[in-house]
Amino acid sequence: MLCDICGKNPATVHLTEIIDEQMNELHLCEDCARNKSAAMEQQFGLSDLLAGMADFGKPSAAEKEEAVNAKCPACGLTYADFKKVGRLGCGECYNAFRGYLAPLLKRIHGSNQHIGKNPSKVKTSSRMYKKKTNLEDLRNQLQQAIQKEAFEEAARLRDMIKEIERKKES
Amino acid sequence: MQINDLLNHTSEWLKGTGPNSDIVISSRIRLARNLNKIPFPHWADKGQLDEVVNTVSAAVAKVSLLKKSTLFELAKLDSIDKQFLVERHLMSIEHAQKTEHKAVLVSEEEIISVMINEEDHLRIQLMQSGFNLFEAWNIINAVDDDLAKLLDYAFLPDFGYLTACPTNTGTGMRGSVMLHLPALVMSRQIERVLAAIAKLSFTTRGLYGEGTQASGNFFQISNQVSLGHSENEIIENINGLIRQIIEQETQAREIMLSKSKEVLEDRINRSLGILKSARIITSQETIELLSMIRLGSDLGMIRGIDRRIINELFITTQPAHLQKLENKKLSSQDRDLKRAELIRNKLNLI
Repeated sequence: MLCDICGKNPATVHLTEIIDEQMNELHLCEDCARNKSAAMEQQFGLSDLLAGMADFGKPSAAEKEEAVNAKCPACGLTYADFKKVGRLGCGECYNAFRGYLAPLLKRIHGSNQHIGKNPSKVKTSSRMYKKKTNLEDLRNQLQQAIQKEAFEEAARLRDMIKEIERKKES
Repeated sequence: MQINDLLNHTSEWLKGTGPNSDIVISSRIRLARNLNKIPFPHWADKGQLDEVVNTVSAAVAKVSLLKKSTLFELAKLDSIDKQFLVERHLMSIEHAQKTEHKAVLVSEEEIISVMINEEDHLRIQLMQSGFNLFEAWNIINAVDDDLAKLLDYAFLPDFGYLTACPTNTGTGMRGSVMLHLPALVMSRQIERVLAAIAKLSFTTRGLYGEGTQASGNFFQISNQVSLGHSENEIIENINGLIRQIIEQETQAREIMLSKSKEVLEDRINRSLGILKSARIITSQETIELLSMIRLGSDLGMIRGIDRRIINELFITTQPAHLQKLENKKLSSQDRDLKRAELIRNKLNLI
């Protein structure tokens, strides 16, 4: 059998393509198969790659179901949306999907702990400093409380943060 | 500043100066930043996007290094102007598409540009001529510090700067170095070098960033990892890799000079001959030939042609630049004629 693309070399690679539910069989020589797979890789974009990565390490079906339904309270983006487009909706998504994003970030970057610059430290010189760090500290404590599953403590801290933010805005 | 004012001006990064500028064209740092409590551009509504443009442009006006900059609202620019900004590396190809509620801010001398509402609310970038990432970082870091005092950035202590795509989370930083590697390409060693780069989790791209082909022996190398390392560590890692590639290119050039000097001289001078006399030339052929005369100039085989003139020609022979110079829309055939004329005029003057 000769290659379906070049018609010159013997076909050694047999490929089944499914495009829009149409099945198509291709018999290709090694060179044409290589070109074809390069073209396929290009179509396979970053969002597919991320979406694929987001699936790893979440083996149980129940957990998967939970992940898909998880929704960011601030912007309304669901984890399923994120998997589809490969983009998060807002900064708050990082808190909303923390449990899924922490391992994903670790797979992408080899780490999920930021050690670079911090904008609140930059503000040292400004008059807002004290108030800012206070809020920052509370947010840190809130994160720790959530991680320790100390929910009463977390609720107390959340209310304190809300109160400070409300005062700041008014 | 108007867009047309940029036309008669050489971007800072094209000057052909700075460390290792025989091999390194330019060094670039970009920072991805988002405003707290506003959805990322792809998820925001029109009102929120306009709010970002307004908030960011108001803040920028107070930053000393950006005081003399100009804000271009993309929806108000025609397609040639947009492509012109892309060709000058002031904004990405993606930013030039679907331009509603987007803007780009360009500093004096075109050193710093800020894309507003690209993939993230802010993409601050700085380009320097030569191998100069630390200097680029020092300047952009100061600009970012000033902006952080005026803007409420989306940031978490553990994840760092929060970005639309998790591949940029953390420092939000990408450092890129544009290299000219003709000897590694001609000696067919480049595949091996690029494979090694990919294994070290760095990416290689062409002249115009993401998704573009490497052409004319130009390669842009940048970090992939943005979380878990400090900005200085990331730059030091890129620098370490770039130093090795510079060494390999230098060696390859030396070997070519010692083993096949005549062949190289012939190829370089033929390239110069074509550029000096061609009447019709495509941009792809231009880039390939300019790459050869740049190598000739670096090796001292061609005298009297300043690197800066060659660098400028890489940009001014691009489609939108030609059309801006002629001040009208040109068909592809007309561009090939005008391109050849522009190159002849520049090179025969010398």
